Amino acid sequence: MIRTIKIKKGLDIPLMGAASGVVKETRVEGIYSIEPQDFYGFKPKPVVKEGDCVAAGDPLFVNKEIESLKVVSPVSGKVVAVERGERRKLLSIKVEADNVQRYKEFGTRDVTQMNCDEVKALLLESGLFAFVHQRPFDIVANPGDSPRAIFVSAFNTMPLAQDFLIAYKDNEHYFQLGINALGRIAPVTLCLNEKERDTELSKTENAELYVIDGPNPSGNVGVQINHISPINKGEIVWTIGAEELILIGKLLETGKVDLTRTIALAGSEVKEPSYFKAIIGMSLNTLLEGRLCRSQHIRIINGNPLVGRVAGLSHYLSARATEVTVIPEGDDNDEVLGWIMPRLNDFSKNRSYFSWLQGKKKYNLDARIKGGERHIIMSGEYDRVLPMDIYAGYLIKAILTADLDRMEMLGIYEVAPEDFAVAEFVDSSKLELQRIVREGLDLLRKELE
Amino acid sequence: MNIIKNYFDKIRPNFEPKGKLHAFRSVFEGFESFLLVPNTTSKNGVSIHDAIDSKRIMSIVVIALLPALLFGMYNIGYQHYMKAEIEGSLLEMFSYGFLVMLPKIIVSYLVGLGIEFIVAQYKKEEIQEGYLVTGLIVPLILPVNCPLWMMAVAIAFAVIFAKEIFGGTGMNIFNVALVARAFLFFSYSGKMTGDEVWVAKDSVLGLGRDLPDSVTMATPLAQNGTDATSLYDMIVGLIPGSVGETSVIAIAIGAIILLWTGIASWKIMTSVFVGGGLTAALFFAAGQTPFEWYEHLFLGGFCFGAVFMATDPVTSARTEGGKYIYGLLIGVIAVVVRVLNPGYPEGMMLAILFMNMFAPLIDYCFVERNIGKRMKRLKNVD
Repeated sequence: MIRTIKIKKGLDIPLMGAASGVVKETRVEGIYSIEPQDFYGFKPKPVVKEGDCVAAGDPLFVNKEIESLKVVSPVSGKVVAVERGERRKLLSIKVEADNVQRYKEFGTRDVTQMNCDEVKALLLESGLFAFVHQRPFDIVANPGDSPRAIFVSAFNTMPLAQDFLIAYKDNEHYFQLGINALGRIAPVTLCLNEKERDTELSKTENAELYVIDGPNPSGNVGVQINHISPINKGEIVWTIGAEELILIGKLLETGKVDLTRTIALAGSEVKEPSYFKAIIGMSLNTLLEGRLCRSQHIRIINGNPLVGRVAGLSHYLSARATEVTVIPEGDDNDEVLGWIMPRLNDFSKNRSYFSWLQGKKKYNLDARIKGGERHIIMSGEYDRVLPMDIYAGYLIKAILTADLDRMEMLGIYEVAPEDFAVAEFVDSSKLELQRIVREGLDLLRKELE
Repeated sequence: MNIIKNYFDKIRPNFEPKGKLHAFRSVFEGFESFLLVPNTTSKNGVSIHDAIDSKRIMSIVVIALLPALLFGMYNIGYQHYMKAEIEGSLLEMFSYGFLVMLPKIIVSYLVGLGIEFIVAQYKKEEIQEGYLVTGLIVPLILPVNCPLWMMAVAIAFAVIFAKEIFGGTGMNIFNVALVARAFLFFSYSGKMTGDEVWVAKDSVLGLGRDLPDSVTMATPLAQNGTDATSLYDMIVGLIPGSVGETSVIAIAIGAIILLWTGIASWKIMTSVFVGGGLTAALFFAAGQTPFEWYEHLFLGGFCFGAVFMATDPVTSARTEGGKYIYGLLIGVIAVVVRVLNPGYPEGMMLAILFMNMFAPLIDYCFVERNIGKRMKRLKNVD
């Protein structure tokens, strides 16, 4: 029996250019780049030098504080750059892919014969542990912790996001293996959406299943945890992307680390939005070549338009992104008297615009902020799109005033920046809520250390 | 559209640091962002944004105020022509009221926005739009014969001491327009308590005629039911009173706009009426007031206060549950002041200001309840 949880609060943002179900292949060639910023909370220390040859699965950098935490190379080839920024901070490690890929052997394993520590050791050795995140703080998990539970969301409600069912197709077995493995560490909770109820996903074993029915951000694992069993101070819950479970399953079955994802390439500036099999760290230039509607005044995003990171053609596919989206930048758009115009092509939750009348119309939104930053004026704006039992406006104010006790009391342990993405979208005061929440989490973490 | 952009691009250097007109940078930016939507794009965080911004919100409130303003202008003319005992067409009456109101609105915006511009320049921030609404509300909640200088002083006091020293729009505790009114109420109470003439007395540009000072006419609330105003007059609004507050119909149109767009909270608005209605019914049943409960809601500044001032998102309760209590108590207190205090015929202003002060306390209780739930959960785990 799958329990259903209905969520009312939130907002789906209908954007033009959703990816169709066709999955295309990409070739393994050129330079792949792995960036520590995709592994938040990592203090990276490179373990390779320029000129080294690595196999796919060989470590590139480790966490200085917990050296068993590694990030591995997605491809085999030669390390061509170890880029550092200010104060020698590691920015990226670039590997030029061989024509024929070599994989590091981890050996096939039977998960039924493994215990918790063996699973952790395998995940750490293969670098897949770096994809496990923890709440509170939304950082890469510490393998030394014993989490209360592991939560996996098998759907994403963000605009233009990857449809997990497409990545799941033909990988059902690997996905189940991944769940089995994590089940050795802690009880696994898997959340599906209404559409996935009638698919193989609902037959997943060794996990507690929930169907979450509601608008964005109900696909966020943080929202799901808050509805199923909220995190208390001192508790740790681990989360991992649904697609990463497939990667774990493949590792167990084949003994190799294969960091190939099914990426949605979407957005109104993409010709024929569709899915691609791509290895993480792939050059966006290669991925987007010949697939863009125009070359200027566009915004390329590593991820979806709400939580993704702004990128360019010289950037690389982020390790945790399940989609790459391209929307108009809008910096060439000089709109006159926008505050009073009907703006029929703009989307708003507010009914002073007319998107609420326009049914299922899809919108082509650009990256303009469309207003200046103000103090918080309207009340309840955040609460209406944050389906959690949290007073979002008060939490934001507690963070802005760096009031640690108040942050704790108002539930900062339960949230991650991405949970505030929709609130940031609708905010009429145009505050950078995700940045504010991230700063609050960092401050608290530093204080607790 | 390029013409506007090119013009702004051309004059921009003057306003940049070391430019000749740098002292007016905030004014320049204010006008530029007013005419052209800034095409600054987000650098981090979400890449797309809702089209709503505080300019839009404030403009919608201004639009919602327009019916009350336009009717108020007509009513000024109507009252004057009636008192002057001369015939006038609808257009003449409206024009008379328009000419009476125009200098008030201009002075209100000049003084208030002037202070806003200076503060924005000083703090190196963008100009905040909050005053667009305040600047229109102030002339609407004052009696028509309030002298311009008095209004200007009150506005300067309110904008500086009720808003800017707290940090500007969004940080103020009290409703700025009501602070302006309260300032006049306590400083020049003779003009404000509603027992003197509330009819424009002078002729303007040949319209109307000068009335002798001896003409007196009190507002219906001050008459305390002795000269019964018909229900029809109360709803249509052809009675003396503060400029914007007399017509229930005009205010209702504004209320529909505010509720439809979701800019005002229906929870606050309805609970003000519920609180006021219930209290008035009780007093009427006890024989304390000559007015029926619905007459209390229609008379004086009740409707205007409930629709435009109690719902001010900044100074009202911010938690959803708190909004009911906040609204309810405004309604209750407004009628209590009206009925039990012989000195003041009207209680709406004091009720809202009073509850502005208590809104954070109401919110505190609701937020603490949420915190308490979290703490209890934690205890159960231990």
